[in-house]
Amino acid sequence: MLRLKKMSQRQSIYGWLLLSPAMILLTTFAFYPSMATFWSSLFSRGTRRKPSKFIGTDNYTDLFADPTFWKVLTNNLIYAGATIPISIVIALSMALWANSKIPARSFIRTAYFTPTVLPMIAAANLWLFFYTPGFGVLDQIGSLFGLPSVNWLGQPETALFSIIVVTIWKEAGFFMIFYLAALQTIPEDLKEAADIEGTSRWYYTRRIVLPLLMPTTLFILVNALINSVKLIDHLFILTKGGPNDASKLLLYYIWEMAFAFFDAPHAAATTILVLAALGIIAGIKFTILDKRTHYQ
Amino acid sequence: MSEKFVDINNIAKRWNGQLGVEDISLSFPKGSFVALLGPSGCGKSTTLRLLSGLEQADQGIIKINGVDVTDKPPSERNLSMVFQSYALFPHLTVKENVIFGLKVRKTPIKERQEKLLRALEITGLVGFENRKPAELSGGQRQRVALARAIVANQPLCLMDEPLSNLDAKLRNSVRKDIKKLQVNLGITVVYVTHDQTEAMSMADIVVLMKDGRIQQTGSPEELYYKPNNIFVAEFIGSPPMAIIEGKALKGFEKYSSVGIRSENLTVAKKGKGRLICEVSECEFLGSETFIGLSHPSAKGLTISMPGVQNIDQGKKLEISFANEDLHFFDVNGDRTS
Repeated sequence: MLRLKKMSQRQSIYGWLLLSPAMILLTTFAFYPSMATFWSSLFSRGTRRKPSKFIGTDNYTDLFADPTFWKVLTNNLIYAGATIPISIVIALSMALWANSKIPARSFIRTAYFTPTVLPMIAAANLWLFFYTPGFGVLDQIGSLFGLPSVNWLGQPETALFSIIVVTIWKEAGFFMIFYLAALQTIPEDLKEAADIEGTSRWYYTRRIVLPLLMPTTLFILVNALINSVKLIDHLFILTKGGPNDASKLLLYYIWEMAFAFFDAPHAAATTILVLAALGIIAGIKFTILDKRTHYQ
Repeated sequence: MSEKFVDINNIAKRWNGQLGVEDISLSFPKGSFVALLGPSGCGKSTTLRLLSGLEQADQGIIKINGVDVTDKPPSERNLSMVFQSYALFPHLTVKENVIFGLKVRKTPIKERQEKLLRALEITGLVGFENRKPAELSGGQRQRVALARAIVANQPLCLMDEPLSNLDAKLRNSVRKDIKKLQVNLGITVVYVTHDQTEAMSMADIVVLMKDGRIQQTGSPEELYYKPNNIFVAEFIGSPPMAIIEGKALKGFEKYSSVGIRSENLTVAKKGKGRLICEVSECEFLGSETFIGLSHPSAKGLTISMPGVQNIDQGKKLEISFANEDLHFFDVNGDRTS
């Protein structure tokens, strides 16, 4: 009995030892910062005259009362709602096309992938050149057809839309690579078996290819979702969130609060809200979506 | 053999100048079991794929049931196919896999259910309807592939090495099942295999191929007793036919090669044998022992002896045989007379 107990003790020590590297890293760089952020979101902003003090959920109430917060949140929802599905659909179509037997296949793959290797800042500068009123590429093309000059980034109606287009352009090629890899794992003879039955191309894609790509789609979905919160580099170059907050996204808003207005507590509160939202989505992914996905 | 259910006329398939298959002509009546046999790379699978329509022939005509299907897609050839890898859809259940084709052809739900049940009964898969392929054993997956082929109720079924992923024991029983199935359903089966036992035991017609060409077409007996050439003689039978140079045999000097099956060899008393050989190996198989013999102008000489035999290597052994059991081949390896 005693020996058994000793052995299980020993095993648990091994267990903890094996766990410790990941635990230490995660604690230092993920758990602790999250907790610290949460903690600081409960305090007021300290100034020289008024030191920081515990104010409970006041920072959150402030945010909910702030129309800018709601504007930014709406922007981000539109941004996510547009970039995620559109980039996935484009990536999938490109992958299906680039996977078929077409001439210059590797050239097409490379061409699609190029935006991905470009740093976001460089991509943004490129698109700045496209969007610039007057001599930008879009306006030049428009003027050929007699269309008036449009200030794509400079007016509230089109600014967010223009940002969305850049993001999709940047993401779709990256996601296509994953789809291409997944398509290549689908055995050729499944298509042949379907051909024998006289399956149409569309039916085969819908009933066989798409379900088999589901794990990849899920992975891409999560990535696209993370990007829709995280990818704001181009805002710095293109619009700086303007005009009139029309293209401001949550992370940019947080950055602005923390490092332009030095309002760390409110920035912390917003961060916590974003974390909570992502946490809920992760929960949905692991419980509902994973069960409905076929993993090979 | 007068009725030609499947008629393949002089088809060829070449890949970038490389040989696929060449000059393939083959016809057989309805209800026959045809085995395409040969070593790997001989073009048997290619022939099957040409027949199925998964590959297009570069030349020649394929007729099924009197209809020219050479340029038709697989779905218009009224055939079903069992793949070597089974090609089951991994995300679909057994039931969905089996009725996939029926769904594609929009068969009414009631009929679909009836056909499904029948196919599952025939293949002994009742109770597994809702499993996915990953939850089945190799043999069960194989039966799902069979069920999928049966359910379509097509007169012609093509099988591409359907047993090669099964272990030896299972292969034996599934072999019998497939043969029984073919007879009961009255379908025509074209079966690709590299295993001569499979071909010889199941098929009515064996087509032996090598390097993209047909070497011999005929019943298993014909291939065994009347091999067209040395390749056929050496491929069919276990152990294969022994080939002796004609000049080593008194009275047969005019033939380039002479063949003899191991069962026709007998051990002769000293001084009475027609060939003096050296024992090179003994292979004990239970009821008998194969004794490998070496002779400077012969290859593949094996004699079978009952029970356990332990003969020392290098021992001289004289063998004899009857003239009527000999097969004669010319310089090109083709059968003469």
